[in-house]
Amino acid sequence: MTLEEKVKTIICETLNRGAEEVTPAADFINDLGADSLDLAELVMKIEDEFGSMIDGASIPEEDTASLKSLGAIVEYLKSKGVAEEL
Amino acid sequence: MKRVVITGMGVVSPLGCELNTFWNRLVEGTNGIGTITKFDATDFPVKIAAEVKEFDANAFIDPKQQRRMDPYTHYAIAASRLAVQDSGVNFSAENPWRCGCIVSSGVGGISTTEKEVMVLAERGARRVSPFCIPQIIVNIASGMVAIEHGLKGPNYAVVSACATGLHSIGEAMKAIKYGEADVMLAGGAEAAVSPISIAGFAAMHALSTTNEDPAHACRPFDKERNGFIMGEGAAVLVLEEYEHAVKRGAKIYAEVGGFGATCDAYHMTAPAEGGEGGAQAMIFSMESAGVNPDQIGYVNAHGTSTPMNDRIETAAIKKALGEDNARKVSVSSSKSMTGHMLGAAGAIESVVCALAIKNGVIPPTINYQNPDPDCDLDYTPNAARERKIDFCLNNSLGFGGHNACALFKRV
Repeated sequence: MTLEEKVKTIICETLNRGAEEVTPAADFINDLGADSLDLAELVMKIEDEFGSMIDGASIPEEDTASLKSLGAIVEYLKSKGVAEEL
Repeated sequence: MKRVVITGMGVVSPLGCELNTFWNRLVEGTNGIGTITKFDATDFPVKIAAEVKEFDANAFIDPKQQRRMDPYTHYAIAASRLAVQDSGVNFSAENPWRCGCIVSSGVGGISTTEKEVMVLAERGARRVSPFCIPQIIVNIASGMVAIEHGLKGPNYAVVSACATGLHSIGEAMKAIKYGEADVMLAGGAEAAVSPISIAGFAAMHALSTTNEDPAHACRPFDKERNGFIMGEGAAVLVLEEYEHAVKRGAKIYAEVGGFGATCDAYHMTAPAEGGEGGAQAMIFSMESAGVNPDQIGYVNAHGTSTPMNDRIETAAIKKALGEDNARKVSVSSSKSMTGHMLGAAGAIESVVCALAIKNGVIPPTINYQNPDPDCDLDYTPNAARERKIDFCLNNSLGFGGHNACALFKRV
């Protein structure tokens, strides 16, 4: 499984959206109907899944604002050293 | 002062989630109590409860929203929608600032609290769900119901343990009576068949431990009664200003004619001997309705099946109505069938009162076998009875010494 596929699965589950809706550019709030609590939950689930692969096992508060889409999360995780192929 | 009538009702209960089914089962004397299935209670001193069995949350709330809410709020949303449908009120045609909601809960999202405390202990503060707080607060049900129906008038929750549902109806009734609102959704919801809740109530020795015979565990006013049985579910009533209801041609179940609230100011959990507090709540409700004790045909008792409640409530009824009237009135405990739905109890028992008036039938107290000299009223034992009632009282008594009594009347 690729990193993108794994992140996409988590997003679909958390936001209760179909795979076809969760494109790399789809904005969680504007396109997928998420609110601030959904985003907090999503970040928590990303940490649960990838925490062991990133420094400090958690995503700093100041980084979370930029995580607005599937593409943004994948790029962020790659920048933290997570491999594209899991 | 405005008059307040009931124009719609919805229930989610151990006896079913459809109003007619609920009523028919109640009149037939159906037991709603069984062995706990919501969690493994094998090692618990109490293994029985009245669980909601016929509820499908998917029929009311989409999966994403469900995950954000505790089951108590699921029940509240469902009962509210059923009540609104039953009433035929069209909120999109109403002034939203004059439509409100007081659907409360005794212990709110207690199973969510339990789950998130485990997360905190095992995995730390950063793993606690962002939905933890909005799920557990006892006022979130009123908030979510308001969102669904666009109700922008008075909205909050009232908490008084086992009297919560009835205080909610009393407060909502006053909002209409004093002219603040035209329509109020009022009631209670509870989903407390969870390990911490059962363990906590069991530790107080408040619950029946007749685990081997759940069908006969709840026996209000019977000499062998030995504690209450935890129930769950929700009941919501559409309360409406009388002229408003008449103008739109609404069906009217009954009028909320009076309300009384008092406190024993005596002990954390035990009612005061003699039942003075409960009696005074009944007296206030009759006075506020301008009704005399000899006009009351039915008392829906709090009737929990604990040794103390049923004895002291009997004394309270005698004190409020007078010995002679108390002997003529029909009394019954719906909890003998539904279990004790805590914060929803006063609401669902108000539904029972409204239907008893409308249908001219008093539902029974089931499992009544052994007379208790301290409980010597007519508890409508084991079989429903036809009786035309013009006025009835609904009692709710909560830990903390909270007493509430609502008076319902025929319209």
